[in-house]
Amino acid sequence: MMLTLLILVPLVAGIVSFLAKENAKAVALIGSLATLGLAAYISTTCGAQPMDWSMQWIPRLGAQLSLHADGMSAMLCLLTGIVMPVVFISNWNKEVENPGSFYGLMLLSQAGITGVFLAHDALLFYFFWELALIPVYFLCSRWGGEKRIQVTFKFFVYTFLGSLMMLAALIYLSLQTPGVNAYSWENIVRAGASLDPVTQQWLFVLIFVAFAIKMPIFPFHTWQPDTYEQSPTAVTVVLSALMVKMGLFGVINWLMPVVPQGVAFWSNTVIILSIIGIVYASLIAIVQTDLKRLVAYSSIAHMGLMSAAAFAQTNVGMHGLMVQMFNHGINITGMWLIVSMIEQRWGTRDMTKLGGMATSAPQMAIALVIISFANIALPLTNGFIGEFMLFNGLFSSASAYRITFMVVAGLGVILGAVYTLNMVQKTAYGNTVEMKMQKDLTANEFAGLAIIIAIILFLGVYPKPLLDMTAGVANMIMP
Amino acid sequence: MTNLVWLVPLFPLVGFLINGIGWRKIPKTAGGVIGSLAILASFAVSLGIFFEVKSSGASTTVHLFNFIESGKLLIPFAFQVDALSSLFLLIITGIGFLIHVYSTSYMHEDEGMVKYFAYLNLFVFSMLLLVLGSNYLIMFIGWEGVGLCSYLLIGFWFKNRDYTNAAKKAFVMNRIGDLGFLVGMLLILFNYGTLSYNEFFGQLNDGQVQLSANMYNWIAICLFIGAMGKSAQIPLYTWLPDAMAGPTPVSALIHAATMVTAGIYMIARSHALYNLAPAALNLVAIIGLATAILAASIAIRQYDIKKVLAYSTVSQLGFMFLALGVGAYTTAVFHVMTHAFFKALLFLGSGSVIHAMGGEQDIRKMGGLNKHMKITGATFLIGCLAIAGIPGFAGFFSKDEILASVYAHSPVMYYLALGAALMTAFYMFRLYFLTFTGSFRGTEEQHHHLHESPAAITIPLIVLAIMSVIGGYVGLPAVISEHHTLNTYLGSVVSNFNVHHLEHNTEWMLMGLSTGLVIVMIIVARVATKTPNFVENTGIAKVLENKWYVDELYDAVIVRPLAALSDALDRFVEKLGIDGIVNGIGRLVRWSSDRVRLLQTGQVGFYIFVMVIGMAVLFALRFFGLNY
Repeated sequence: MMLTLLILVPLVAGIVSFLAKENAKAVALIGSLATLGLAAYISTTCGAQPMDWSMQWIPRLGAQLSLHADGMSAMLCLLTGIVMPVVFISNWNKEVENPGSFYGLMLLSQAGITGVFLAHDALLFYFFWELALIPVYFLCSRWGGEKRIQVTFKFFVYTFLGSLMMLAALIYLSLQTPGVNAYSWENIVRAGASLDPVTQQWLFVLIFVAFAIKMPIFPFHTWQPDTYEQSPTAVTVVLSALMVKMGLFGVINWLMPVVPQGVAFWSNTVIILSIIGIVYASLIAIVQTDLKRLVAYSSIAHMGLMSAAAFAQTNVGMHGLMVQMFNHGINITGMWLIVSMIEQRWGTRDMTKLGGMATSAPQMAIALVIISFANIALPLTNGFIGEFMLFNGLFSSASAYRITFMVVAGLGVILGAVYTLNMVQKTAYGNTVEMKMQKDLTANEFAGLAIIIAIILFLGVYPKPLLDMTAGVANMIMP
Repeated sequence: MTNLVWLVPLFPLVGFLINGIGWRKIPKTAGGVIGSLAILASFAVSLGIFFEVKSSGASTTVHLFNFIESGKLLIPFAFQVDALSSLFLLIITGIGFLIHVYSTSYMHEDEGMVKYFAYLNLFVFSMLLLVLGSNYLIMFIGWEGVGLCSYLLIGFWFKNRDYTNAAKKAFVMNRIGDLGFLVGMLLILFNYGTLSYNEFFGQLNDGQVQLSANMYNWIAICLFIGAMGKSAQIPLYTWLPDAMAGPTPVSALIHAATMVTAGIYMIARSHALYNLAPAALNLVAIIGLATAILAASIAIRQYDIKKVLAYSTVSQLGFMFLALGVGAYTTAVFHVMTHAFFKALLFLGSGSVIHAMGGEQDIRKMGGLNKHMKITGATFLIGCLAIAGIPGFAGFFSKDEILASVYAHSPVMYYLALGAALMTAFYMFRLYFLTFTGSFRGTEEQHHHLHESPAAITIPLIVLAIMSVIGGYVGLPAVISEHHTLNTYLGSVVSNFNVHHLEHNTEWMLMGLSTGLVIVMIIVARVATKTPNFVENTGIAKVLENKWYVDELYDAVIVRPLAALSDALDRFVEKLGIDGIVNGIGRLVRWSSDRVRLLQTGQVGFYIFVMVIGMAVLFALRFFGLNY
């Protein structure tokens, strides 16, 4: 029942927001805080003992409303639960056109994302997958930047294409299972694992593309910088902190156990693509002048390391991946919040036209520096533990090329420092560029960033709670 | 006392938090006092620990909590208290305290003084973690932490683009080294399943896990790459001279006395590994020697007082690595200690000079400062005598010990190292004579402004000058005393490996040779600076003035190609290539839809015609045996 509430609360709050019009942001904040409370409660219990809930949905197809929360889903729900209110709090003073629809769509998307992390039935998973996507499409095309129509169209076609391939694969798999509940996770896994290797390899491609686009993995990534650039910041946060995790979650939950032979066949290829992605995206990030595009490429590089470690198939890498999914979500949220504050104050995201934040808005500059160093995984920030474990996982994989993988992926550590410090230098240091509105952080912005920074430092020093929460599921997936 | 070791890093952390959070409200003086007291408290605890360890010789691990726990991976947050770490504690907090006191005066005119003290305390905290950690991961935390503080302090005056460039360069170059450190750690973890010193070295010594000789070398080299970055060795040294952009006390503390010696600490700590890795040790010796010579040669032709000292530091660090490379681990630690005294002294002295000169750092515009600043001049002279290796001063003992060990290892290396040592004597006294003797060459206004610095500056100078004299007597050469206090003290943790003892006669001869030549070099420096005329350098002197053009080389070979590559990838692969294909597919769909659309003519006759043809084809295919 707790699990259904976790989806229903944002869903209902979303619908209420549509009706509430001008008070929508209050409704959204209350709804998201309530969801956070639920997620926090669930995450304290699910690490040790997974939670299940199910009821009949479409018996003729063999689809159930079936939810399941283990340490990983609970961690991702908690991340979703934290990110949404932080975004709402930081945006509190920002005027949004037609707030009812804006907040309503945000919450619907949250319901969809949460559903993705909880669904234990393939058809339900697909349903939530699209439910998460569609509100984002409207949000971008309605509240986005200048080129929003082209860009959202590209984004939609890209991700929808992937989704359809996944759907085809899931239908194929469900047809392999006789009897009731053909779409249940257990049956899909059983059906997939019993297929011959060649079929598994094909199914891998179909399912993987959907997730690869979402993460994104090189070379399926070009929708992302464009979309991040054009979306309003709140939506960019949802996309980058939460929706990319849907891709990784899908890989772990709906790909690896389903087509193990396919994974075995393709894993080296995926690792190589991921590692190319790390270096490639980092290099491109170096020459970006638009803050949003820079952060977008930085995120692609980080996702590359995560997906490489996922396919390295080691226990420590898997555990590190769980930790890093959470930390990446937190850090990139902080990054986007700052970027949006910069844009609001200076009216531009072009780094060549910025400077001197450390003089004109010192609190903001301090937050920027802390979040930037978390982004490049400085020890005692949350990014470090995850990254160390990911490298460790990549390094101890069974592949013959593991050392090469690790060293090339490690170049990201150096290049990451280059582009991140460039960004800090150009925005925070140097001569002061006049702001349009002369103001350091407002109280609500301060609160939003303070939450992010508190998590960054707490988990950087004492990662045990997060490690404990996800240890069980990591051991189960990759003993 | 040992169980209270967590207090040592805690005080600076608290100091950092107080000054860091309240940096806009706390008055400058209060900020300085808080920062200094925090380090003083650490020093007091460190002193207690030092004497306890000295009397018991015990090596204790103080476990705080489990940092990372995942499957078989267990990394505790724990401190290692033994002879080696407690000696470093004393150096860090002792010199750290003096430099904090010095800074209360030096930075007093700066509006960011409280922030400065926050950073400085954070640095000391990180440095303490580095030496206290009981495993490589905690060392790495401190390792990158000091890198962060170095970055923040080099770029302290962040409005200046050159300064922030220098800060960025320092961080990125250190990161290159850190990648080596990381790979080294992963190799250890993969082969031994632990990063804890005790467990790792224990397994190395009992030989239960036997690796190929190559593997030991690789692990050792990876760690050494980390040391190259942090301790500014070839090829990763160019950040250190640029790091002089930071406030001068920072140069003294971070870029001379403590942080840059982290690499030496790391290798001394890992001596059990390096003993098994002869090729890696050779590499350490060669890199160290090459760095010592290269940096010393550059220092000869520098005109910026801090740049001379910076290259001198790089060169001295080279000497320390040379010592490590020939297996003289404790000798390297000895030189870390004496160098910390005299180099901190020299940097602080240069800060006093720069203050008196109103920010001027060019020694061509100085001269005759002895008349105006007696204490600074006298203590600076002591620093020069110590670094040059005049008998009786601290540097003599440690440098002599290095040279003797090197001679026992390879006479060729000895002569090269001696060459570097003579260059050291020359450039240091060139610096001293140009700055403090002769007549003043600056502007009238500067001349008028010349003054001795206040007590907060001169007292640390005097204390360090005393240490630069007496600090060497803990390690008397074997010809004078068979009892080597420092080696005895460090013996429970680290001792020299394969270092042959020289005949007493040989040792006397080497000592006499180096001392005699050093005195000659000082006289040469005196003659060369007697009537200074600064014409434009030509030939080799110009190459030296331009630091062998290494920065230009890196720029041409690495920095610019990398930028060009990034740019090309962005323009061609990303925008034209991948995005081009994606958009091309989109256009293709649109184009073909445009064509297929033409089939929808709206004429029923045409539709029926197509239908009939289609059915005929299907029947025909069936007829010819195609199953569909």
